[in-house]
Amino acid sequence: MQSILAVDDSPSMRKMVSFTLAGAGYHVVEAVDGQDALEKAQTHNIDLVLADQNMPRLDGIGLTRKLREDPKFKTIPILILTTESSDQMKQAGKAAGATGWLVKPFDPNRLIEVIKKVIR
Amino acid sequence: MGETFQEGAGADFDLSQFYQIFFEEAGENLDQMEHMLLDLDLEKADDEELNGIFRCAHSIKGGAATFGFSDVAELTHQMESLLDRLRRHELQPIPQMVDVLLESADASRSLLARHQAGAQDEPPSTAHLVKRISELAAGMVPAQDAPVMAPKPQSPPPSATIAQAAPAAPSAPAGAAGPRRLQVRIGPLDRIEQADAIKELFRDIPGLGSISDLPSDDAAARLFAVETSSTDSDLLDLFAFHVAKEQVQITAVSAGPDASSSASKPVHDDLRLDSEVATGPADEAYGFFKNAPGSPGGDAAHAIQAIEPASAVTRIAPKAATEAKAGSQAQMESTTIRVAVNKVDQLINLVGELVITQAMLAQNSLGLDSAEHQQLLAGLADLDRNTRDLQESVMSIRMIPMSIVFSRFPRMLRDLANKLGKKVDLVTLGEATELDKGLVEKITDPLTHLVRNSGDHGIEMPAERLAKGKPEHGTITLSASHQGGSIVIEVKDDGKGLSREKILSKARERGMDVSDQMSDADVWQLIFAPGFSTAEVVTDVSGRGVGMDVVKRNIAALNGTVEIDSSEGFGTKVSVRLPLTLAIMDGMSVGVDEEVYILPLSSVVESFQVNPDDVNTVAQGSQLVKVRDEYMPVIALERIFQVPRLDPQKSSTIMVVVEADGNRVALLVDELLGQHQVVVKNLESNYRKVPNVSGATILGDGRVALILDIGGLVRRARH
Repeated sequence: MQSILAVDDSPSMRKMVSFTLAGAGYHVVEAVDGQDALEKAQTHNIDLVLADQNMPRLDGIGLTRKLREDPKFKTIPILILTTESSDQMKQAGKAAGATGWLVKPFDPNRLIEVIKKVIR
Repeated sequence: MGETFQEGAGADFDLSQFYQIFFEEAGENLDQMEHMLLDLDLEKADDEELNGIFRCAHSIKGGAATFGFSDVAELTHQMESLLDRLRRHELQPIPQMVDVLLESADASRSLLARHQAGAQDEPPSTAHLVKRISELAAGMVPAQDAPVMAPKPQSPPPSATIAQAAPAAPSAPAGAAGPRRLQVRIGPLDRIEQADAIKELFRDIPGLGSISDLPSDDAAARLFAVETSSTDSDLLDLFAFHVAKEQVQITAVSAGPDASSSASKPVHDDLRLDSEVATGPADEAYGFFKNAPGSPGGDAAHAIQAIEPASAVTRIAPKAATEAKAGSQAQMESTTIRVAVNKVDQLINLVGELVITQAMLAQNSLGLDSAEHQQLLAGLADLDRNTRDLQESVMSIRMIPMSIVFSRFPRMLRDLANKLGKKVDLVTLGEATELDKGLVEKITDPLTHLVRNSGDHGIEMPAERLAKGKPEHGTITLSASHQGGSIVIEVKDDGKGLSREKILSKARERGMDVSDQMSDADVWQLIFAPGFSTAEVVTDVSGRGVGMDVVKRNIAALNGTVEIDSSEGFGTKVSVRLPLTLAIMDGMSVGVDEEVYILPLSSVVESFQVNPDDVNTVAQGSQLVKVRDEYMPVIALERIFQVPRLDPQKSSTIMVVVEADGNRVALLVDELLGQHQVVVKNLESNYRKVPNVSGATILGDGRVALILDIGGLVRRARH
C-alpha cells in the first residue's frame, strides 16, 4: 500500500484529505505543518507528499525545498495545495522542485484523479 | 502503479461529516484573529502578526469554499485580500481596517452559526462589509471616516498606488497614455451578482474609466465594455476582490498605445510560464511542471536533471518561506487530541460507577477480620487509592482554562469604551486556572454582565477621573484562582464604587427593611434583591444593580456564591466562588424513615431540634416556624415525597434551614446522616424530570438517593 504524507494546518482539510485518500486505498500520514512533515517524512516510508502552501512554521514551498535537499526525496511526487494558481506561486513551486499544484477548493474525486496521475 | 486502490472509490463523498470539525476550527481561527487584531499595534505591526491574522482568514476561506459555505468563503476572501495587502506592506494598517475586520469576523461567526444550525432562510447580507473592505483594500478611506490614513512612504508602488484624493485608480504605468477599449468577460460564476459587484467597484473608483454591460450568450458569465487607461494586471488585481483571476478574460477591442502586448488572450496565461507548465486541464484546477521530479511521464533520471535549470528561476521566487518562529498553535495541536464531549462524559460516568462500586466494597469489608483477610483488605486499600487518582485524572479532562472565557472581554470592553468615550484597560490574571467545561459555559454570561457593569457604570469618564486625581485610563482586573475546592473569579474596577447612602435610600423607597446600622456587606447584598434594578437605579446608584439578581441566581444555580466589596470613590470588587465541577457536589444527607435525601451543602444555613411551640399552623394546613424572630415556611419532606412510615412511632423532629434566591425555608426531617461528596447523576436523562429534585446519586451501600432542588422547594413554599 502506498503512503501519502498529507500536510495541512487546518484540521478539517486534513481530515477531508485523509478520508478521501484512505477511501481510495492509500495509507495516509498526517502532518500539521511543514516542520512536522519534515519529521514525519523521516520516520515513515512516503510515496507522495500533498502539502498545503500556506502554513505556519514552514509553508508548502519551503517544505518542498527542504525535502528535495535530501536524496531520499529527490524524485517522489510533491503536490502543492494552493488557493491561487498565480504565476508567482507557480514560479516558486517549480523552483523549489514541486511536481505540480492543485487549486483549493477541490472536489475529492479530482484529488484522487490527480494523485493517480503521479503516484508510482 | 495503482493496483492497490479500487477504481471509483470515494466517487460519492459526503463532506458533511467534516462540517463539525470545520465549524470548531473556524471558530478558533476567528477567535485567534480577533485576539490578534485587538493586540495589533498599528504603528509598528510586525510581519509575524500580520501573517498570523492573514493565515486565519485564509484557513477559514479555504475550508468554507471546500465545504460549500459560499457566503462565508466570499466574506473571508475579502478579508484575506485586505490582509494580504497589509502583510505585503502595500497598505498601512489603520483603525478602520481593524474595525471592519472585527465586524466581518462577527458576521462570519453568525453565518457559520446559521450553517451549523441548518438555517434555511435568507442569510443576512454582508454586502456592506464586502464593500467597505474592498474600498479599504483599494486604498480608500470611507467617506464618513476622517482621512487620517496615508500611504506608507517607503512602500513599493505595486499595482495600485494610494493617493489621498484620487485613491486606488489602478495606475497605468508612466508613459502608457490614452484610454483603451476592452471587452471583459467575467465567468463562469456561481452567483452572477458577483459580476455586478465588479461593475459597482469599477464605478466607485474615480478616474478609472467607464464600464457598461454587453449582451452575453452564457448565462453563467457577464460581458462588459470597459474603457480605461489602466493595465490588464491592475484591472485583474481590482477584480480579484470579487472573483478569481481565472474567471476574468480581458480582450482588447481597439488597441491603445500599449494594448497590443496583452490583447486577445486570457491574461492569467502568462507567456513566461507557458513553457514551464506541462500538463493540466484548461481551467487550471491543477497542473504539473514540465520535467519536475515526480511528474507523470518523465522518468526519475530526467527529473533530477531537470532540477538544475529550474533552480535558476529561484531568484524570481518570492520570499515565501516563513520558516521563522515556531507557531505555538501548530505545536499545541500536535500534542492535543480533539474528543467529543459525550465520550468524556461517558468516561466520567463510568468512573463515577467505579467509585460507587469501590465504596460498596469498602463498606462490605468493614466487618472482615483483618488478620484473616489481610491480602483482600490490602487490595481494597489499593483499589481505593487508584480509584481516587483515576477519578481525579478523568475529571481533569473536562477542565478547560479560564482564558477561554477571559478572551472575549478585551473585544467587548474595546467596543464598550469606544461607544461610551471612556478609556479602559483590562488586566487578566490567572488565565491558566482550570474549570469544568460545563461551568465555563454557564459562568460566561454572568461574568459578561459583571464586566459590562464595571465598564459601563463603574469606570468614570476620562475628564471625571482626571478631576478626581485618578489616571485617565480606568482599569478592570479579571482574575481567577483556586482556593480550596473552589475557584474564585474576581471582577475588580477602580471606578467610582457603590454609594451606601444611595442604596439605602433606594431600598427604603422600595419599602425594604433596612437600617443605617447595617454592615457594608449587608448593604451591598441589597442590590441583589429582585426588582432592585431599575433604569433609575442605574443612573442614581453608581449604576450597579442592572440585573444583579439574575447574576446571583445564575451563579447560585451552579452552587456558587457572589460577594461584593466596594469603597465609594475607589472602586468595586465582585467575587464569584464556584465549585470546580458540577459532576461532584458537597452534600448533606438527611433521613426520612428509610429514605435518604441529599441537600447541596452550599444551600444549608443551619439545623436545629424543633420545639413544637415554635411551629404554627396557618391557612390550609401550611406551617410556619419561628426562628430567632423570623417566620419561615416549613416543608415536611415526608409529605412532599409521600414517604411511607414503616414505624408509626417515628416522626420528623429536626429542621434544616435552607436558602435559595435569598429566601429561606425549613425542611422537616427525621435525622441528619452526614456530609460527603456525591457524584451527581442526571435524573432527567435517565428517567424523567421530577419536581423538587435536581438529580440523584448512588450511596455507598448501592441505594439511590435523590438530590433536592432547593430553589424549586423554596419557590413552592412561597407560592
